[in-house]
Amino acid sequence: MNEKIPLLEIKNLNVSIKEIQILKNLNLIINKGEIHAIMGRNGSGKSTLSKVIAGHPAYNILSGDILFNGKSILEIEPELRAHMGIFLAFQYPVEIPGVSNEDFLRLAYNSKYQYEGYNEINPIDFITLVNDKLKTVDMDPVFLTRNVNEGFSGGEKKKNEILQMSLLDSNLSILDETDSGLDIDALKIVSKGILQTLKNKEKSVVLITHYQRLLDYVKPNFIHIMHKGSIVKTGDATLAKKLELTGYDWLDDL
Amino acid sequence: MINKSKKIIDTNIKIAIDKPYKYGFSTKLDIDTIEKGLNENIIRLISKKKNEPEFMLNFRLKAFKRWKNLKSPYWSNLHFSEINYQELTYYSAPKTKKLSSFDEVDPELLKTLEKLGISLSEQKRITNVAVDVVFDSISIATTFKRELAEYGVIFCSISDAIKDYPDLIEKYLGTVVPVNDNYFTALNSAVFTDGSFCYIPKEVKCPLDLSTYFRINDQQSGQFERTLIVAERGSYVSYLEGCTAPQYDDNQLHAAVVELIALKDSEIKYSTVQNWYSGDKMGRGGIYNFVTKRGLCSESNSKISWTQVETGSSITWKYPSCVLLGDNSIGEFYSIALTNNYQQADTGSKMVHIGKETKSRIVSKGISAGNSINSYRGLVDINRKAFGARNYSQCDSLLIGNSSNSNTFPFISVQNSKTKVEHEASVSKIGEDQIFYFQQRGIPMEKAVALIISGFCREVFNELPLEFAAEADKLLNLKLEGSVG
Repeated sequence: MNEKIPLLEIKNLNVSIKEIQILKNLNLIINKGEIHAIMGRNGSGKSTLSKVIAGHPAYNILSGDILFNGKSILEIEPELRAHMGIFLAFQYPVEIPGVSNEDFLRLAYNSKYQYEGYNEINPIDFITLVNDKLKTVDMDPVFLTRNVNEGFSGGEKKKNEILQMSLLDSNLSILDETDSGLDIDALKIVSKGILQTLKNKEKSVVLITHYQRLLDYVKPNFIHIMHKGSIVKTGDATLAKKLELTGYDWLDDL
Repeated sequence: MINKSKKIIDTNIKIAIDKPYKYGFSTKLDIDTIEKGLNENIIRLISKKKNEPEFMLNFRLKAFKRWKNLKSPYWSNLHFSEINYQELTYYSAPKTKKLSSFDEVDPELLKTLEKLGISLSEQKRITNVAVDVVFDSISIATTFKRELAEYGVIFCSISDAIKDYPDLIEKYLGTVVPVNDNYFTALNSAVFTDGSFCYIPKEVKCPLDLSTYFRINDQQSGQFERTLIVAERGSYVSYLEGCTAPQYDDNQLHAAVVELIALKDSEIKYSTVQNWYSGDKMGRGGIYNFVTKRGLCSESNSKISWTQVETGSSITWKYPSCVLLGDNSIGEFYSIALTNNYQQADTGSKMVHIGKETKSRIVSKGISAGNSINSYRGLVDINRKAFGARNYSQCDSLLIGNSSNSNTFPFISVQNSKTKVEHEASVSKIGEDQIFYFQQRGIPMEKAVALIISGFCREVFNELPLEFAAEADKLLNLKLEGSVG
């Protein structure tokens, strides 16, 4: 793609939670069709960044701005941000007892498509649609009858996030450590799901990860390293390989 | 500052739970009432007004004597100001006699019932449910009486039953809940004015669900209802009960007694959706709901199942119980208790295992929001001869907000070693992260809360008759609207 059209722009963002500042003067631009990876130590602010973009209510925005398609989203409710095309695959997906996965998925799907002006999908058409998507993540249809994430294994929870990602087909998908705790087969399935989404050249993905192995399957255009709430280094795919060798100790000398 | 502070969210959740009470209106009617206060003369007067046979008057007077020697129970986790029983009115009735046609009922009363969603007219009434309506102290109408009579099923107000079937009443009334069982049963036995009576003959599966709708209208009167259900050998009945009351600033008293008797191979399914006025946001007004409900599985293979959805009342004190006397008999208790604002609920169940191979199951779901207190209190009592008895109890609590309170007080007494008793309990909180997960998937907070609550209550909803389950689900969400956020 020749012309770069920004999808997400984060400008001088400062964020705190319970009086503790987590993000400091953070800047990041993600253009349409790009894959970004964000790496960094535990506690460097990666998850906070993802939740702030999605609109988690616990965080206070001290200053700065977040633009999505050129429009500030700071005052926009989380559900509207989702409708606008921001998807977050959670690091720790919550369990919802008594609510079937199928009902939950259909509700999420309908909320988004009704927002876009379509009619509610009827449950039978939805089953057809979702069964198709299930194949991409290699999951059994029985999965739909179980309660949302209840009693799911770690891998199943992550696959369920990917299923939702592919179902909602958002413009920006942020995956918060979706690769953590996955075996090789599950990792391949997750990667396949991400690549499927990226077939559309308008879609962008942010991968928050600790490991090189996901990046072997999904090659990022940029790798950012976060340290103490800021992006301190940006590079290409080779940066992750270097990190595998050196670790993060060199950050302390910055 | 661009700041989505947590406070705003908390307020939002609050708005989502606090919906105004829909049934808070009162009806101006021509009423027949007696002077307030409680003494022997009042009891004689009530009995006379109802043209009761001698044995009933004696039953009442005996109960009154007992009551004077009893004390109001103090052991519950409830706080309320003392009730002055001399300030209450014990009889208040709309001046409508039971007439041959429902068209003759006071039109104001009919309008009220329509507003409550009950229709007595032949065309509009629900086709698969027979309804008895109790307004303040008396039953004003019972539908489908004739149709039920063809099956030998008796469904009428308890007042009519006392006159028309005195033998059955004398045989069963007070046998499951003795007059002096507790303070409120003694009071109820002395002054009860109406309620329902159901009798299902041998080998009859009652063709309709039977239902009683209770309405407290008058501001000063207490409602003391009495329900008795007898299921003969091999019979089956499903009974539903609903209740509402107008919105007043002071508290009204509701002290009911319900007795169920299940004989050999019979089954009684008793469902309640309780939506008495629960007081305002500051905790002013609302119904004091002191209820004793008990079922006796008197013979083998009988089954009694209680399902309750308790959403109203400022105070709820209620422990529907089963006495499992017959071998292989089964007792069940499924409950949802929701409290919001300053409501207090102390509710649960007692399962008394006496017969061999008796089984019981308790599933209790408590939801507390606002500044409310929600307690589960239960007793599983396995007697010496209850060989092979089994009990399973599950108590789950869901907290909304940071000021609500939830307790579980399970008592278990086992005197036979060849038995199995299980108890599970959980407490969870509708958290920010849970709601955020929904919102991130494009589902707004109100829907998220509704879904979480329906999910939490699923097991109990499944036990309710279909129309009731939908109504209960709606009711819960209505009551909670505004309190999560």
